Amino acid sequence: MYMIENGNTAAALGVKLCRAGVIAAYPITPQTPLTEKLSEYVELGDMKAEYIPVESEHSALAVCIAASSAGARVFTATSANGLLYMHEQIQWASGARLPIVMCVVNRAVGAPWNVWNDQQDSISQRDTGWIQIYCCDHQQIIDTVIKAYWLAEKISIPIMVCYDGYILSHTYMPFDLPDQEKVDAFLPPFQPDYALNPDEPANLNTVTLPDVRIDTKGQLAHGYMEIRYLLQEELRTTLQIAADAEKRFAEIFGRGGNPYIEPYRCDDADYVAVGLGSITYQLRVCVDTLRKEGIKVGVMGVRYYRPFPDAVIAGALKGKKGIIVFEKALSYGYEGALASDLKSALYEHLAGTGSLPAVQNLIAGIGGREIHTDDLTQNLRAATQGRISREPAWIGLKI
Amino acid sequence: MGTRNYRRKTSHSEHGPGDGGRTGSWRVERPVLDQSLCIPCKRNKEACFICWLYCPEIVISRTIPPQFNLEYCKGCGICAEECPTKAITMVDEAHFSEQKKDKE
Amino acid sequence: MQAKTNILNLPTQEFVHPGTRACTGCGLSIAYRVGLKALGKDTILVVPPSCLTVLQGLFPVASTKLPCLNVTFASTAAAATGILATLKTKGNDHTTVAGWAGDGGTSDIGLQALSGAAERGDNFIYFCYDNEGYMNTGVQRSGTTPIGAVTANTPFKGKLQQKKDVPAIMAAHKLSYVAACSAAYPLDLYDKIKSCLHLPGTKYFHIHIPCPPGWGYDPRYGIKIGRLAVETGYYDLYEIVNGEFRLTAASEKLIEKRKLTPVREYFRAQSRFRILTDEQINEIQRQIDMKWDGYYKKGE
Repeated sequence: MYMIENGNTAAALGVKLCRAGVIAAYPITPQTPLTEKLSEYVELGDMKAEYIPVESEHSALAVCIAASSAGARVFTATSANGLLYMHEQIQWASGARLPIVMCVVNRAVGAPWNVWNDQQDSISQRDTGWIQIYCCDHQQIIDTVIKAYWLAEKISIPIMVCYDGYILSHTYMPFDLPDQEKVDAFLPPFQPDYALNPDEPANLNTVTLPDVRIDTKGQLAHGYMEIRYLLQEELRTTLQIAADAEKRFAEIFGRGGNPYIEPYRCDDADYVAVGLGSITYQLRVCVDTLRKEGIKVGVMGVRYYRPFPDAVIAGALKGKKGIIVFEKALSYGYEGALASDLKSALYEHLAGTGSLPAVQNLIAGIGGREIHTDDLTQNLRAATQGRISREPAWIGLKI
Repeated sequence: MGTRNYRRKTSHSEHGPGDGGRTGSWRVERPVLDQSLCIPCKRNKEACFICWLYCPEIVISRTIPPQFNLEYCKGCGICAEECPTKAITMVDEAHFSEQKKDKE
Repeated sequence: MQAKTNILNLPTQEFVHPGTRACTGCGLSIAYRVGLKALGKDTILVVPPSCLTVLQGLFPVASTKLPCLNVTFASTAAAATGILATLKTKGNDHTTVAGWAGDGGTSDIGLQALSGAAERGDNFIYFCYDNEGYMNTGVQRSGTTPIGAVTANTPFKGKLQQKKDVPAIMAAHKLSYVAACSAAYPLDLYDKIKSCLHLPGTKYFHIHIPCPPGWGYDPRYGIKIGRLAVETGYYDLYEIVNGEFRLTAASEKLIEKRKLTPVREYFRAQSRFRILTDEQINEIQRQIDMKWDGYYKKGE
């Protein structure tokens, strides 16, 4: 059923369709309409869930961690400083191997205060062991929430579904609302490997030693290092399972594609622009303009940022003359995080083969600075004509 | 020496005694009971059991006479201090030879 | 009024194994053991980093025979809320959720989450075991460390601030049940837990826990020192049931007795109070006497 709604509502509808049982959230712009919608569904009885209006984001994720450990399908959402406040719990959730799904409505981080869109919040969490998927439109938002629950529960790793604050959260677009029966067919009820209960007592996540140790049955149990290794190992195998999720989703809902990247006019391109989220759709306009000028350029959206689909990205960019990475965040002190990861993937797979492209890094839209399509086009054109700078170049800076 | 086949991927502990090892090795003195002063022993029925109640390590049995699990007793001395008839005395470990069994 | 439990009818089932990593003579071990007897098998525990984390054991061995979730320092109460929410979705209204946090994890870093849960009326029981300092990390001062106590980070001047009155803070949330207990009076603790489990919303327990290394005394005197705290009128055993305050057990008996042991005896029994001057002790005695005059008057 097609409908026109905003991105936050699309996310809320996804959570409702997935029959989340426990929702805990703390208000922060621009996430608030998402959780408000969920509270409407719960109070009207459209959604059978416990809605907990917690007193902080740290507690929001604490409630989700505990509720998930006890066997419920959980949800929370946040932005910017709320995400940062949760950071301790974010690390906890992945180490505890809990299938939590969280929407991050991307917003700039303080200091100083800024409520508008950039991606510093979720990018700053890339090392935490969560899966990160970036959405470009409302259809992707609702579909990704659904796929995320299936994937998270399959591999017991939490997932951040990220989408741009205001640009996606507050704008209206048409999208297909999946049928509840189809979602139920795609996503069965949550069956955890273990849920806290008095009949099968266990002590979860207590102090875990540097070295291995014998358990109560005389068997050699993991040390901390092994538990962490398994998280890393299973994050990497997620890359394959993500393809299974995509395939399964396509079978039931009739849509899907490449789960990792979203290329546009890249096949014969000499130069490819790369980005995360809605900026890549904006770049399609630039690509079309430059193509008319005879410049063979394309744009590739990266959907899975963590685990980083290095092989797929390197394969897609092999032999290109230049890659131009547009980012709304950076690893301060060096360069854009995506640019670094991309260079590392290209180097890993293509060094010495003679097909290693040049990479440039452009920073745009920090703190919600408007990204003019003309500026993007101009910079993309310039990047195809020669290196702009070694340091990341900031578009739209008025210093 | 691998743990690859270990079932859990998380820090998931099941319960059992002696997480701290043989904590009886911590003590420098051990409780010794004089049954002639012990109230449940003298009456030969359930009574008192203050030592059982206050033992932090749960190593005193609620029996006649109360018995001390020396495998885990840390020798805190609370039982001796609280016994209303001073039936329990804390005796230096040095008095007990290594050949003696741990459970008395 | 339910009958008072005595040693002979206290349930004998144990929920903790011997051989834990708790200190010799640990007061928490006593309170925790009896507390779990009151809670029973149908319980899920939540524990933040604290002495109890260590007592409960290191992976992969647990000392407690109940399911337990370890959580980050600030989030005991939030986690209890989360478990409850899941139980509700499964139609389970019988399993008790109990948080056991230290004084630091309650009065300092954990206060926000606890206040939030209490305000929401989340139906769990919360135990603050108060050994009056961050003992697990080496005896640093906390919000409930009493004035004058020498700790690792108040090494020469002792704590300069008053002990935070957490039960009063929790009572201000208009809870159905708030209790102050002591490890030295385990039967009082047991009865209070049993009496409140059916009451709605968050139930708050504050348990005074003598700590040999933190307080500086020979472990064998743990119960004596816990009793001295009460018999001097320094620490009171009480409950607040739907807003109504009453002293219990040994504190209640002091109303009739009208005679408090001088608080000097309590302080001189612990090396952490070694720098308290006679003037300071006299001032504290004066404040205790004033407090008890108030109790005596209320009793009349």
